[in-house]
Amino acid sequence: MFGLDKKDTTLLLVVAALTMLAPFLLNPFPTESGMAQFNAGYPDLMQKFVIFGIFAIGFNILFGLTGYLSFGHAAFLGVGSYAAVWIFKLFTYNVFPAILLSVIVAALFSLLIGFVSLRRSGIYFSILTLAFPQMSFALAYSVLSNPKFNLTNGETGLQVYADDPQRFHREGLPDLPHLFGLSMRSTHTMEIGAWSFDFNVGYYLCAIVMLVTFYLSVRIFRSPFGMMLRAVKSNQQRMNYTGLNTRPYTLAAFVISGMYAGLAGGLLAAMDPLAGAERMQWTASGEVVLMTILGGAGTLIGPILGAGFIKYFENIFSKINDNVLHQWFSFMPDGIEDFMVFIVHPFVGKGWHLTLGILFMLVVIFLPGGLVDGGQRIGRWLRSRGQKEDKTTGTTEPAE
Amino acid sequence: MGILEVKDVSKRFGGLKALTDVNLSVAENTVHAIIGPNGAGKSTLLNCFVGKLIPDTGSVMFDGESVLGRAPYEINQMGISRVFQTPEIFGDLTVLENMMIPCFAKRDGSFELNALPNMMGQKDIVERAEEVLEDMNMADKRHDHSASMSRGDKRRLEIGMCLSQEPRLLLLDEPTAGMARADTNNTIDLLKEIRDRRNITIAIIEHDMHVVFSLAERITVLAQGTPLVEDTPDNIKGHPKVREAYLGESA
Ligand SMILES: Nc1ncnc2c1ncn2[C@@H]1O[C@H](COP(=O)(O)OP(=O)(O)OP(=O)(O)O)[C@@H](O)[C@H]1O
Ligand SMILES: [Mg+2]
Repeated sequence: MFGLDKKDTTLLLVVAALTMLAPFLLNPFPTESGMAQFNAGYPDLMQKFVIFGIFAIGFNILFGLTGYLSFGHAAFLGVGSYAAVWIFKLFTYNVFPAILLSVIVAALFSLLIGFVSLRRSGIYFSILTLAFPQMSFALAYSVLSNPKFNLTNGETGLQVYADDPQRFHREGLPDLPHLFGLSMRSTHTMEIGAWSFDFNVGYYLCAIVMLVTFYLSVRIFRSPFGMMLRAVKSNQQRMNYTGLNTRPYTLAAFVISGMYAGLAGGLLAAMDPLAGAERMQWTASGEVVLMTILGGAGTLIGPILGAGFIKYFENIFSKINDNVLHQWFSFMPDGIEDFMVFIVHPFVGKGWHLTLGILFMLVVIFLPGGLVDGGQRIGRWLRSRGQKEDKTTGTTEPAE
Repeated sequence: MGILEVKDVSKRFGGLKALTDVNLSVAENTVHAIIGPNGAGKSTLLNCFVGKLIPDTGSVMFDGESVLGRAPYEINQMGISRVFQTPEIFGDLTVLENMMIPCFAKRDGSFELNALPNMMGQKDIVERAEEVLEDMNMADKRHDHSASMSRGDKRRLEIGMCLSQEPRLLLLDEPTAGMARADTNNTIDLLKEIRDRRNITIAIIEHDMHVVFSLAERITVLAQGTPLVEDTPDNIKGHPKVREAYLGESA
């Protein structure tokens, strides 16, 4: 279906089902229960899941296929956000032109940066790309924000003010980002017994965009172009002596992934109409690297899993404070309760980075293929157990 | 005029004269061997043909056109394919995918943004790749991971990849180095078949005299960066200078 083989179609349908049902799946705990804080099904976080999913899917086209590790992709996300906010300020709150411009601006920006950085490969490429988000950050934070020429509004961040022209804004349209009148913030809340589920327009827009970009990435992975990108990773020398020019291949991959980043940046601004310089910092680029590696670089679904994982940690783990911990361990005798809180404390709340770091190390050491690798190992293990019990079937399934 | 004309080529590495005034003419549709002791400059000379090195002086003409200053991929697109001293294949890809890549390069040129169609849906490419694998006796390995094959198979695959492009000139740098006797004999048979069946010119560097004398129609002996003699295999065998410079050492 859709020009994909059976396995890929199944994967696409699974991802589609998960994203469409996310408001249910992410809110498994009743609103009033003690576990409710582990619910992730509120619009703001669900939007982040899919937006950073898009960012990571795009990053994986570059890193997963060609092996070129860029630390500069947050810059493309950042310019995407700025471009979108400028559309909001000057023309309209309609997110369609805003997101379109985000992608175009990110494409141009990544063409320029890719053209320069791809003159080198390996570690030198990474270092060159590391310089760009820092330069962009400095530009956005101070240089491009002076009274004469204020492109980024510096420290405060770019946002929409009441006296902005908004030339095509009309009476009756929402005074917030909208898609042809449909406000991104409008949410329908469904109460079922003790549970409550939020259906948010912004989330569904992002989710549909993510499905489309995921579908495109599957097509790219299976295409001759995708195979060339894997060949770049495998042996550039052989490619050159086989009559293939590696430079335009890597540049195309770089620009495509830059456009994905710009799209993510545009969507972020569409959900919350402001753009700040910190979005471009290299640590933000590092985050997408982590997402991709954690989920499984070079796999189709890995980046989405990685993005979801990290955003969940960032937003849920970081909210667990000592009060919550005391609640959890309250069944224990006082001394032990305090001791347990003392032990767990560094790993939650502000310490969520610590937990994530440990998790990341464990994955890289024991599951070089990321979470997807882990899933496949479990799958193989279950299958081999099944085969041992059922000795009549002598055939082994081909490796995936 | 040969298909490959090398005139007065010199190459220095610092103080080392790797090549001095090399003149060489490879006639079309022949097998031309280049032999010589270690460090004679054979690989360096080959590198000058494919754009890996640019000689300090002299010219290298392929079919009347200079190859100097062109990138390796451009030279390949002109019709020169090279097999390396250590097999260079796409280790992360399957055997069939390895074979498809040169077919794409032949069909689509040095770059093509073919990002949406399914690669297995490119019938002409898949068919061509399968056909060459068949010729190489590797059809049963088509779905194998290429990095896990034996060295002999990798070499076979690499030769097949070069042949799939139907190059006019095939350059082989010690194709049997480090191979077991059986693999060497297989390779000789394969190259003989290629020589007899196709319109192809082959330039081969080889230390193994058995291979050289089974295949070559012309032999150039290189010593210390200069061609010593160029002649037919029979004459080379008895040549006193050659015995002295080369065969004498190995005998
Ligand atoms: N890139 C380089 N830089 C410096 N010296 C080099 C370089 N390439 C080759 N040489 C030197 O040039 C000389 C010729 O080397 P070359 O590899 O062409 O010899 P060869 O005839 O292929 O030898 P072998 O039979 O061992 O492969 C050697 O002395 C080698 O050390
Ligand atoms: Mg050599």
